[in-house]
Amino acid sequence: MPRDEAGVLSEIKRDYIIKKIKEGKRDDGRGLTDFREITIQKNYVPRAAGSAFVNLGRTKIVAGVKIEAGEPFPDTPNQGVLTTNVELLPMAFPTFEAGPPNENSIEIARVVDRGIRESKMIDLEKLVVEPGKKVYIVFVDINVIDYDGNLIDACTLGVLSALKSAIVPASKEGGKDFPLPIRTLPVSVTMVKIGDELVVDPSVEEEQLSSARITVTTGEDGHLKAMQKGDSGSFTLDEIRKAIKISSDTGKLIREKHLQ
Amino acid sequence: MGTASDIKLIDENGLRIDGRSPTELRPIKIETDVLDRADGSAFIEWGGNKILVAVYGPREAYPKHTQDIEKAIIKARYNMAAFSVDERKRPGPDRRSIEISKVISEALSNAVMVEQFPRAQIDVFIEVLQADAGTRIAGLTAASVALASAGIPMRDLVVGCAAGKVDGQIVLDLGKEEDNFGEADLPMGILAKSGKVVLMQMDGDLSAEEFDKATELILDAVKRINEIQREALAGKFVSLALERGGE
Repeated sequence: MPRDEAGVLSEIKRDYIIKKIKEGKRDDGRGLTDFREITIQKNYVPRAAGSAFVNLGRTKIVAGVKIEAGEPFPDTPNQGVLTTNVELLPMAFPTFEAGPPNENSIEIARVVDRGIRESKMIDLEKLVVEPGKKVYIVFVDINVIDYDGNLIDACTLGVLSALKSAIVPASKEGGKDFPLPIRTLPVSVTMVKIGDELVVDPSVEEEQLSSARITVTTGEDGHLKAMQKGDSGSFTLDEIRKAIKISSDTGKLIREKHLQ
Repeated sequence: MGTASDIKLIDENGLRIDGRSPTELRPIKIETDVLDRADGSAFIEWGGNKILVAVYGPREAYPKHTQDIEKAIIKARYNMAAFSVDERKRPGPDRRSIEISKVISEALSNAVMVEQFPRAQIDVFIEVLQADAGTRIAGLTAASVALASAGIPMRDLVVGCAAGKVDGQIVLDLGKEEDNFGEADLPMGILAKSGKVVLMQMDGDLSAEEFDKATELILDAVKRINEIQREALAGKFVSLALERGGE
């Protein structure tokens, strides 16, 4: 589909999308709470400890996990370490630039990280080689290679799949390799507000004409693990409650269908 | 949230580690015009937090490619002084402060009438001199006062406030120990008049019912905090009127 080089949306398309959404429909035929098609290729990069290639509609990301021994944080001497980084590669979108992470990629990485961390998905206490001195550091790196909206959810899906299949290289430390201990699977669901409607899994066009964004990450217990509101628009409390409900319902479906 | 610990955060009388009730705020004090050079400024003390905010602008946005032909851009910079925390913080922006700066900028853009200043930028410098949990919401609360004191047209004041879960109970305005060892933290930025949410982050573990309880506490506290904001601004503008010989 032809799109303006700088990712600017034409007025006619803008009006069309807004009009459809008022009727509860979207220009690609989805309902307001539908995700685009999700495909996940596990172990896409066998060189990594764990990896996944995710298609979320036309958004494509590659998530890779590397696990290395290193020093624990002083305040958590008996826990492994998790670090998450997102690279918005210049190949992914006309306005993405090479260079150090900017505020957008930092926000995505931190929201993805919070969901994983706060749900206690990884049993970090099982990643200790020598208490207080040596633990395993789980490096999660996500490369965004094609951008068509909703990077937070695409990245979360990629990280979940990559972590689930990751192997801790304990043989390098004189032990036996073991699968990364996973306790639970948090799922993030991101919505944007267009007019007065909440629209799930927005495309790039929908992101561009929305006023605010909300991400709700829920655990298997249906509880909230992480949330983030983004952009300069606002939400009423009722809208946030609705977003929470949509996220726990949709999150459950995604967990069953794509992450088992 | 922090690691599990044996510290008891709520005692048998239902009081918190610093003696507060679950719905009690820490003491808050706001002062405007504490800096001479800036176009507007505010100083907030919120519990042990001491945070300065300076506002410059509206002025021409620079670099030019950042200009928005329809509205002003708000550039908040949240920064923690090296000495503001127990262990020295390396100066300069880290990933946390970059994220906080982003969400605060977005929250303030909603309150400021940015459409009145195309191609301009408004700088909001938030300097945490001493941190004691809840710096982002205290900074946001003070930033909105500093913007108003700079005479920048605003639709509403943004009030920052947080609630969280400690020892399984929903409480208002987490203190330092509660922040470190609690089970959930929910910082929010709310427009005082409309009650709309312009900033929200959450981490930890909350059920949907606990979220409702937490927002209830926050909404109630927003009124009290907004009163303190308004008093700080009223103080300034009343004395200004007197100086100019107004009635």
